[in-house]
Amino acid sequence: MNNKHILVIFPHPDDESFGTSGTISKFRAEGVPVTYLCGTLGEMGRNMGNPVFANRETLYTYRKKELAEAAKELDIDVELLGYRDKTLEFEPLDELAQHLKERILAYGATTIITHYPGYAVHPDHDALGAAVVKAVELIEPGKRPEVWMHAITNNHEDELGEPDFIFDIEPYWERKEAAIRAHLSQVDGMMNLIENHEQTSKQIQRLKREQFYRLTLSS
Amino acid sequence: MEAIDQSAVQEKINHFANKDVYIHLETTNGAYASHFDETAYNVGAFIRNAKVNYQHGKIVSTGGSYRVGLKLDIGWVYAEGVSDFEIDEKDRLLLAGHDREGRLMVALEISEEPFTHEAEEHE
Repeated sequence: MNNKHILVIFPHPDDESFGTSGTISKFRAEGVPVTYLCGTLGEMGRNMGNPVFANRETLYTYRKKELAEAAKELDIDVELLGYRDKTLEFEPLDELAQHLKERILAYGATTIITHYPGYAVHPDHDALGAAVVKAVELIEPGKRPEVWMHAITNNHEDELGEPDFIFDIEPYWERKEAAIRAHLSQVDGMMNLIENHEQTSKQIQRLKREQFYRLTLSS
Repeated sequence: MEAIDQSAVQEKINHFANKDVYIHLETTNGAYASHFDETAYNVGAFIRNAKVNYQHGKIVSTGGSYRVGLKLDIGWVYAEGVSDFEIDEKDRLLLAGHDREGRLMVALEISEEPFTHEAEEHE
């Protein structure tokens, strides 16, 4: 028994599957509860399925179902935070941080997985990651959860150095593939990559290695 | 969505003329364009729920791709590259252009009611 609770905080349905579903599976295999706080419904996604089956007005209905399916594959809970895709960076940072702080404390999170602000490519990733950092700063020092940050930019290791946590998620690869596959409207390109590349190829190897930087706060 | 039927779309454009309508207008090459290709540049714009009243509008074709222009009292609404259309169950006109992988590149939508814009409407 332990009192661990992992909160994964990303903005889009599918961020959890691409970036961290191996790590999530590892925690679930150890019996640690995991909850995904999903910032938006990915309403403004560019992928509409291939062949196209969604449109701008119906996309969120598919993505909502896809997320529920991925969550079932990964055996995690989901809470939707209710923001709108592409707009997180324009929301007042303090309000976002307060909202997140309240949710973090409500779950009694011991570890948070989020994007590394400034190194996460998509503006929503950077904005929500920054809000998570701010939220944790608002919690008194002794009660703060650990924060693991996922960096995506091509050159992040040059600037940030070796990540603090590196997981070979090969044992959970089938689970990860199933979670990715659940996001049918979004993953045509990724499934092509998985199906048409040697398992030893660089891209596949990257999917099988999940890595994170630990947030260090000065006060 | 299906390939644009020019006369069906024109008919719908005529139907919405001289009424207060809501527009969703968007173009994007994706938030990852320059991540996957260093020489690329991320470009996008959208307006959700611009309330307009247009005098008349037209859909014009060049080789399977279409342009749409709506003339306002004091300006224009314009979209290029739409190829697919749908008149949905809410009687809205949805127009979009996709790339070969089915990714949306441009969209123009017209509705007599505002488009969803808040999370609680997603239920």
